[in-house]
Amino acid sequence: MTIDALGVIYTGANEYYMQELTQSRSIAALPIYARYRLIDFFLSNFVNSDVHNVGVITQKNYRSIMDHIGGGREWDLNRKRDGLFILPPYGTAGNPGFYNGTVEALCGIRDYLEKSSQKYVIFSDSTVLYKADFRPMIEYHLSKKADITMMYWHADEEEFQSMHNPVVFDVARGGRIKGVAFNPANPEGPRVATGTFVADKSLIIRLCDAALSMGETRFIEGVIAKNLEGLRIYGYRHNGYVAALHSTRNYFKACMDVLDDKVRAELFLNDQMPVYTKVRDEIPTRYVGEGTAVNSSLADGCIIGGNVENSVLFRGVKIGKNAVVKNCIIFQDCEIMDGCVLENVILDKDVIVRNGKTLMGAASYPVVIAKGSVI
Amino acid sequence: MKSKRCVAMLLAGGAGTRLGVLTRDMAKPAVPYGGKYRIIDFTLSNCINSDIDTVGVPTQYRPLELNNYIAGGQPWDLDRNNGGVFILPPYMTGKTGEWFKGTANAIYQNMAFIEEYNPQYVLILSGDHIYTMDYSAMIDYHEKNNADATIAVIEVPWDEASRFGIMNTNEDGSIYEFEEKPPQPKSNKASMGVYVFTWKVLRQYLIDDEANPDSKNDFGMNIIPAMLGDGKRMFAFPFRGYWKDVGTIDSLWESNMDLLEENPKLDLYDKRFRVYARNIGSPPHHIGRLGKVERSLLTEGSHVNGTVIHSVISTNAVVRRDAEVIDSVIMPGAIIDRGAKVYRAIVGVNTYVGPNAVVGSDPTGLAPDQQPPVTVIGSNCYIPAAELIEAGKMVGDDEYPKKED
Repeated sequence: MTIDALGVIYTGANEYYMQELTQSRSIAALPIYARYRLIDFFLSNFVNSDVHNVGVITQKNYRSIMDHIGGGREWDLNRKRDGLFILPPYGTAGNPGFYNGTVEALCGIRDYLEKSSQKYVIFSDSTVLYKADFRPMIEYHLSKKADITMMYWHADEEEFQSMHNPVVFDVARGGRIKGVAFNPANPEGPRVATGTFVADKSLIIRLCDAALSMGETRFIEGVIAKNLEGLRIYGYRHNGYVAALHSTRNYFKACMDVLDDKVRAELFLNDQMPVYTKVRDEIPTRYVGEGTAVNSSLADGCIIGGNVENSVLFRGVKIGKNAVVKNCIIFQDCEIMDGCVLENVILDKDVIVRNGKTLMGAASYPVVIAKGSVI
Repeated sequence: MKSKRCVAMLLAGGAGTRLGVLTRDMAKPAVPYGGKYRIIDFTLSNCINSDIDTVGVPTQYRPLELNNYIAGGQPWDLDRNNGGVFILPPYMTGKTGEWFKGTANAIYQNMAFIEEYNPQYVLILSGDHIYTMDYSAMIDYHEKNNADATIAVIEVPWDEASRFGIMNTNEDGSIYEFEEKPPQPKSNKASMGVYVFTWKVLRQYLIDDEANPDSKNDFGMNIIPAMLGDGKRMFAFPFRGYWKDVGTIDSLWESNMDLLEENPKLDLYDKRFRVYARNIGSPPHHIGRLGKVERSLLTEGSHVNGTVIHSVISTNAVVRRDAEVIDSVIMPGAIIDRGAKVYRAIVGVNTYVGPNAVVGSDPTGLAPDQQPPVTVIGSNCYIPAAELIEAGKMVGDDEYPKKED
């Protein structure tokens, strides 16, 4: 099935939940799983669903997003017809150049939506990571004659409690959404919004215009919750791995999930749904001297001279002699010198930990070291 | 068209028979090396790192793999509006046409391509060497000497000099004699197979050489001796650094092992001189709970849950639990199943080694001169469970075909 849809990725929501990690980057640019950034998953979902017209709505701090996606070649989105469109906010007399929520952003990209030849828009938020083929979702949308179809997943209890202001749908037997609850206390088997939806783009423009004129800037509150009666709004269940990145703790857990064979197989070993990312031409990782690793995932370009255990290492990390790195997430180009001991630590990019230092966090509360720090 | 200072011609035509089963399905330059590279990545990267953006690749042997790999040249920044990388197959003219008869003939047949860019110099390279080199320094040297030809040379150990083409030079670096594999070498300056020619001069020699029915149409055998005989200005450009001809099984294996030293002589970390490769976008490599890795090179997409010691594990290669890989090169996509042992071997692309199979013999604890010979399994083989492949053997997919599934 070919689908008549364009994709839109909103890169700039809720970033304050992640503290240090999103201080200098939008959440979509957050590094994850040793060699990716979050946006790789959203872009790859679109491309793997045969959606080849993708707009990326950028907000403040979008340099790292631009640097990462460039012209979109790695995702095969450097096209003459359609392809990748970067949609930064631009300041006009009445607009400071920053979108307060999805409704404003959708109104802000009206020209792009109108000029595109596709009929439907698939909108993706950036705080929930999953892999999906959108073609069955569009088919569902059409078969239900829905106006808007919202994606949700069944979160488990523990996962739900760790989320920040989750949106929960009340879905009727036939799939229609009857109610929307914002951060309910103890819902049973909560159907949580991923932030992804499908709709006719002209309807979306109309609804967002109307909502904005009433001062509503948020999509679910201002558009969905207010139109449950008047519009056919359906819920579409996503089965499979989902990581809600609502806090540093969620993020830490999601990164560690990749050490699980089942999660890794679902995310990375499906030939039909590869995850594309920017190529950095690092040399393969070298294990030198006594260096070794167990139960860990490592990108290229690392030099491992110490012991790595239950950890995720991004590109170009150096681990010195007799250093021990356990339950850690180490971003690109960090250097951990000889004899250091690190446990439950997230090191942002370019951190240097000098000889013999010890850094300890707790599994439930990892220590985060900001980009470029020298310890 | 805007003319170029220098056009590179990368000779990738040879069958590479000395690599046996490894070149059964692909030309030698397409053979994987160092986990994520192909041999040709080094020369292509050298070109772009030397500001040479026009590269012709005459090729005729099993070109599919190489064509696929080079494609538009984007991974090496060789997708250019004016210039870029071009695969140059042999072609028909009128009713006749012929294969490339020799290295010089491969250039002769592609003179029209070179003329298109009207270059001052032509750089002739071969696609089977591992080294990183800034050719622009060599071209400057050629220009400064007002030379007709400049040949890059590397000093090899004296006791090995008789295996190489040796350049005998005067004090100013000019070459007075070229000896192919001399029994009593007078110098240890070996030709690296890297030549810079002034195009106008080379052009005439190629035409004359083609007209000579007795010529083998080879640079080393015909063109260079003819130019020396005519007293042309020929210079040796000294190169210092890592350089290895990986045209044989032993040298290919050794060169892979060279990457495992604590400080490898081949510096791949220089950010201004990256070696580029086509990257297929695999996930990070993963070491499982039972995995053990020592002194090895692992690249993206590989998964180790067995023991890997002093080995190269390439893209998407898998070593399952209780398997043991020592002193070996596991090429892309190969699978070493449970309990299998691979010792001092090269395992080809997408080959499957069944449970408890043994490839080669255990070198652990043996003195350097007692080491077993390198064992080779070609690409796309299926080695059944508990099969023994003796040390030093070379087997291919004719003996061990993959089952249809």
